[in-house]
Amino acid sequence: MTTLDRPPTSSGPWTADEMVTVAAARTLRSGQACIAADGLPARAADLARRLHAPDLLRIDGSGRIGDLGTVGAPELHAYWIQSGRIDVGLLSGAQIDVFGNLNTTVLGDYAEPDVRLPGAGSAPEIAASCREIVVVMRHRLRAFVERVDFVTALGFGTGQLDRALLGMRGGGPRRVITDLGVLEPDPATSELALTAVHPGVGVEQVRAETGWTLEVSDDLLVTDPPTPHELATLRSLVTGSPEWQGR
Amino acid sequence: MATIVPLTDAVADLVRDGDVVAVEGTPALIPYAAAHEVIRLRRKDLTLVRMSVDVLGDQLVGAGCARRLVFSWAGGPGEGALHRIQDALGHGWPAPLEIEEHSHAGMAARYVAGASGLPFGVLRGYAGTDLPQYTASVRTVRCPFTGEELAAVSALNPDVAIVHARRADRSGNVLLDGPGGVCKEAVLAAHRSLVTVEEIVDDLGPATGATVLPSFAITAVAHAPGGAAPSGAAGPHDREDDSHRAWDEVSRDRARFGRWLEGIRTP
Repeated sequence: MTTLDRPPTSSGPWTADEMVTVAAARTLRSGQACIAADGLPARAADLARRLHAPDLLRIDGSGRIGDLGTVGAPELHAYWIQSGRIDVGLLSGAQIDVFGNLNTTVLGDYAEPDVRLPGAGSAPEIAASCREIVVVMRHRLRAFVERVDFVTALGFGTGQLDRALLGMRGGGPRRVITDLGVLEPDPATSELALTAVHPGVGVEQVRAETGWTLEVSDDLLVTDPPTPHELATLRSLVTGSPEWQGR
Repeated sequence: MATIVPLTDAVADLVRDGDVVAVEGTPALIPYAAAHEVIRLRRKDLTLVRMSVDVLGDQLVGAGCARRLVFSWAGGPGEGALHRIQDALGHGWPAPLEIEEHSHAGMAARYVAGASGLPFGVLRGYAGTDLPQYTASVRTVRCPFTGEELAAVSALNPDVAIVHARRADRSGNVLLDGPGGVCKEAVLAAHRSLVTVEEIVDDLGPATGATVLPSFAITAVAHAPGGAAPSGAAGPHDREDDSHRAWDEVSRDRARFGRWLEGIRTP
């Protein structure tokens, strides 16, 4: 949706997109069922399958259930997503806010938007019902805002109690993985706080690209750099598969 | 029973000005040939219903056929923008465009309700999002058994549904390639339906893993070989070709789009 609008942040022989993809892939486990939005999330899921999680079951928006077959859109959304059977939903967005709400609908006012975005797709129900949500996106000030212009997919709404009040079964955002670091909801407030930075990234750089007063974990971690094997696998996947060249 | 008729006659007969027209199938087996007939016949004031609005939707809106779009996702190939739709929304060119916006889950539930003869569908959806605030066909309903509040979406019963499939037999039974998408539901929800097919055969052959739509549930079948081009026709996951991706350049510019439109109208 967005193109890289400035040189990649990198302290090694990898790009910012490679760093975020590797970091996101590492959070996925073999045996989990996941559904991933197109773009960086889908790439991360595919990388995980080729690295450490060969038995990660990929469900995709066209209704494919791993290699087992394809179901129609009604069945995909009712039996598989809404039922809460999917462990991890990997999402992205044009905007995310302090409570992990995602916007893929409009920038600006709905009736007269500054930018019209593609819309919801399957994201609202993925965000509601998957056991946990991992958000994968590039960390830019215009994307990391205090309050999204439009809530397309609910994170924690306006605070910690919203999901329970709405009867949501899924756990909501577990972590937000960006090309600068990792944000996780503060257990006390559900506000996203910085828990890790990628190699070579400073806290001030992350704060400068975040539109709210970003809390930083006392135990701030530094992400392990991508290994040569991770990078080689990712690069073979990007160049070798038509899957990544479009929707 | 479905009648087997030439494509132009089928579209002329089934698609009327002002109709609610569902066009389904994605990312392959998209009924482009039928949509281009709609453009050639200069149908207007249509409500286009399509879960994933893509190049086909951009073409129908740019051609001035649709005044309303009911959808749950709208984007061009490779996550690009749909410039004809953006132009219609932003500048009313060539005509103003209204939108009714859902999630995929909501649209699927609406088709299922319509195909089932129910007035609404129910789902755990939309909660906490801003969509219901702008979409009147989303409301809430209380479960009579548990008291839980759930999303209710009004049934979709389009005037006509158009889909593309691999083959039909001479009686008008249609073999849909796999159960992907909402093609079956759209046909069964609509008052009238048109299925365009790659080939018409004596025997549909083994239907393992495929879905058969019986002739009695379809209004018309039209033989349209290559009728899904430039989307793929080999199967539900076939790739689009390069001309599909080149749409961005055509769509970006009104004059260039106008030349494309002339080409479609003068075959």
